[in-house]
Formats: sequence, C-alpha cells, structure tokens
Amino acid sequence: MRQVFHKSFYAALAFSMLSLCACANSDDDSTKRVDVQAGDITLKLPAGFTATVFAENLGSTRHVTVNTNGDVYVKLARLKNGKGILRLRDKNGDGKAEDIMGFGNFAGTGIVVKEGYLYASSDEEVFRYKLDANNNVINPDKPEKIVTGLLSRHEHEAKAIMLDNNGNLYVNIGAYSNACQVLDRQKGSPGMNPCPILDSAGGIWQFKADKLNQTYGDGVRYATGLRNVVGLDWNTQTNSLFVMQHGRDQLHDLFPDMYDTKQSAELPAECMYELHQGSNCGWPYIYYDQFQHKKILAPEFGGDGKKEGGQDAQDPVVAFPGHLAPDGLLFYTGNKFPEKYKNGAFVVFHGSWNRAPEPQEGYYVVFVPFKDGKPNGNWEVFADGFSGGPQLTASGRAKHRPCGIAQAPDGSIYVTDDNKGTIWKISYKGK
Amino acid sequence: MKKQLLTVTGILFCISFLMMSQTKPVQNTLKASVERGKKVYTERCLTCHQADGGGVQNMNPPLIKTKWVLGDKTQLITIVLKGLNTGVVIDDIEYHNVMASHADLTDLQIADVLTYVRNSFGNKAKAITSAEVKAVRAKLK
Repeated sequence: MRQVFHKSFYAALAFSMLSLCACANSDDDSTKRVDVQAGDITLKLPAGFTATVFAENLGSTRHVTVNTNGDVYVKLARLKNGKGILRLRDKNGDGKAEDIMGFGNFAGTGIVVKEGYLYASSDEEVFRYKLDANNNVINPDKPEKIVTGLLSRHEHEAKAIMLDNNGNLYVNIGAYSNACQVLDRQKGSPGMNPCPILDSAGGIWQFKADKLNQTYGDGVRYATGLRNVVGLDWNTQTNSLFVMQHGRDQLHDLFPDMYDTKQSAELPAECMYELHQGSNCGWPYIYYDQFQHKKILAPEFGGDGKKEGGQDAQDPVVAFPGHLAPDGLLFYTGNKFPEKYKNGAFVVFHGSWNRAPEPQEGYYVVFVPFKDGKPNGNWEVFADGFSGGPQLTASGRAKHRPCGIAQAPDGSIYVTDDNKGTIWKISYKGK
Repeated sequence: MKKQLLTVTGILFCISFLMMSQTKPVQNTLKASVERGKKVYTERCLTCHQADGGGVQNMNPPLIKTKWVLGDKTQLITIVLKGLNTGVVIDDIEYHNVMASHADLTDLQIADVLTYVRNSFGNKAKAITSAEVKAVRAKLK
C-alpha cells in the first residue's frame, strides 16, 4: 500500500514537473531563430533580434568600446594607413558609421573608454588619451604611456585590458608557451616545474589607471595560472573581473598514446573564471575536462588523462568546448534586450584551428544567462553564421572571425571581425 | 612439447624472414615520395598548417606558394630539423607561433614530407632527396 502511494506520488510529481516544463517552453520562444542578411553573410539570431553592418573593410578590428555619446572605438591588430585606432560615428542615426577617423601609431588588441579617457594597448604597452567635453580625443598624437615593458614573445602577445570602478587597470599578459614545456610544443619535452613563465606572464596584472610609465614592479600579479586571456569584462553586479581563458593545444600531437584526435579536438574546456586578487586557475599544471567535470593533471606534468590535479586551483564558472578561442566577453547591463539577457554574459568565439584533422568549430557569439552573479542555466548560441556556412566553419576558412564585443548606450551590441574588418550592430526590435 | 615449440618458433622465423625479404625497396619516384610524405604531413604538420596548407591567421604560416617552401632547399630542411621561433612575415602578415623541431624524423621522412608540401596546395617544385636532408643534418651537428 505504502509502495503504491509512493509510486503514485512520484508519478504525480513527475507529471506536474513535466507540465511545468511544458508551460515554460510554450511561453519561451528563445529557441526560435531568424535569418538576418547582414552584409555578405546570413546571421542566425534569436527571434526578435536584427543585425546590420555598422562598418566594413576596416582592417583587423579586434576589441571595441563605446563611449557614452555613442562613439565607437576599435583597435586594429595591424596598422591601416599608419593608424591603429579607429573612431566611428553614426551621425544621422541610421545604424551605419559615416564618420571614420584613424589615429594612434601602434597596433594591438585592447581598447576601453571610461570616464573621459580612452585606453588602448599595443603588445607591450598601454596608453591613454584624454577626451574633451565634446568627446573628442584631445591629443591623438600624444597619448600618455600608462604601462610599458610587458613581455611579448611570439605567442599570446595580445594585451587585452579592462578597468574596474576603482581606478585600476587590468592587463592580460599571456604565456609565451602552450604548456610550459622546456621546448614549446616539442613532443617528448617535459613540463617545467615550477613553471618559470608565471613570474612575468600567464596571468592578469593590475596597475593604476592614472599613473604613468608603470612596469612589472609597479603592478600586482592579480591572478595567475591563466594561459592566455583575450575576452574579459568587469561584472558590476559582483564587482569582480571575469575572464575567458584560451585552453592549451595539441593533446594528441604531443601525447598520441593518451588522446585520440577527437578527444584532442574537444579537450580541454575553454573556461570562464571569476577572478579575485590571488586567484590561481592552474595553468600549466592542469586543464579542465568538461566531460569528467574535473581538473586533470596535464600530461607534461605526469598526467594520464584521468589523474586529477590542481587542488590549489579554482574551478571555472562555465566550461565551453575546446579550442573555440573566446576573444570577447560582455556582461549585458542594458534594458533593450528581453529580461533574460539582463546581467548575462555574451562570449565571442573567434573559432578554432586546433581541432584539425577533426572539423573546426566556433565563429559565433554565445549567451550565458546569469542570476545574482552566477550562471543560471545552460549557454546557448546567440549569433551564428559569421563563417559564411557550415563548410567554411568545418574547414576553418571562415569569412569572418568574430572577436570584440561592446554595448552601446542605446542597448544594442557591436561585434567586430578581425578577418575582414566588419562591425555588426545587433539590436532587439521586439516580436 | 619441446619439439612442437621449436617447430612453431621455426615457422614464425621463416614467416618473418619471408616478410622482411618481401619489403619493397624505397621507391624514388616523385609520386611515391609524395604519397609517403602525405602520411608524415598528417601526423606532424596538419594541426598547425591545416589540411589545405593554408595555415592559421597570424599564428601558423601558410605553405602555399611562398619562398619559404619553394625557395632554398637548405633553409627549408633546416627549419624542419631545428624548428623556428622567430616568426615569419608573408605578404606583410606576421605569423608568430613556435614551430617544434622534427629532427627525430628520418632523412627519408623529412625528404618525403617536404616533397609532398612542395608538390601540393598548388605548389610545384623539385623533390627533396634524403641525401640532401642527410647533408644538411650533418652540417648542423
């Protein structure tokens, strides 16, 4: 009798949960996708969203930032006509930039505008430009040098930057190595323990945003054990820095007996971390396995694909598939997108190369819903189609490679592409 | 029992001897070298330089119609033997990633893979022989 009661109770519970889910689903059209022609590609977006080409053929447009008046600044990885920064203005509000001005004689990735200053990085230095009351750069040929002398050695050179609300500047100094082997990417070469790279790279450094000519000695190694970070953003809800790590490459090439090509394509996870001063994310000693949900000892340091490691290293906030190359991160604080996007994270995936000979993957923008500063539900692909089609995704010969992302005062977002130099504006127009 | 074991060992020995004597001598035709080279390429080069030889944006240089591949043989062989950590510039684009040394490959394997690269992806250039690899390797020591 008791058993029967239990059975019927659980059946009823299961049924009510199912119907709850069904209700939620029927209300939620977030899975519906629309095709939007935007330049030479068709973007797939959630229903209600639209995309337009804001500007194109700009060069290698990397990170992007938007001033309070709507001016868009984008950093170029290679100089175009001798300029490394572009300011784009949409003067008539038609969603296209009519007024494009170049300045800055250095190439790079990082760019952030905040409280009357524009910060931009080369691969060794960080500069800032003062803006006047009309939001014009006062002295485009003479920026202040904020940080100098940062390491840049043939790998992970991009110095992505971010500011907090307390006068601090955060700079990624990527590790000039894949897994801190004695000989980088050399099969059979052992891992260096302790890894000497971590003294001056493989982490996030904190500097003062307004102090000139700082270098390593003036800064603080804010977080370590991060192989390379390109996408990063300050979360104003948690008041903390979130970063996207580019995970290690070549598990199969270097350890063919432990990892087949498929495992090597999917592992390790590309991880989102929430950082605090003193954070350690474990590179090069461990990587995160998103299938086992564990920190796995790296094979260069005695691992076998199963042994765990990194007891002193923190866990990721979100673990994405391997090698997708997260180059942009934005916490959406606007009011123009549907409620579920509020305070959630957009992650821009530049697209993989290290999945070969398996098909490549990525070249899209994903969304992770957040609640109270923590992920609240699974991530989903938000904007897809940048590559130009499934075959161009699989071959890695994508037409466009999305990189930077920024929120505009009007609540829409901009996404850059560093392959052809397109900037898209993605807005919500309602159902 | 002992006799049986001896017979089995004898048969196995004969089989392996027969198999060894049937191993074909190394074919020196371009076609054979390209075929063998493709296998080496898949195992050692494909991840970074990709299946189409096009490389990876800003990281791993393309192998298509560049002077690095089609030009000086000694320089090309040296890169495979010693690796490269200085980066290269091709058509004004810098490729930064480190290339590991592949000196553990045999002279023939290096000759084959370079012959494959020099005759694939739209490339056409003279084969590289294992004697040429051997000579460069001797000089580097």
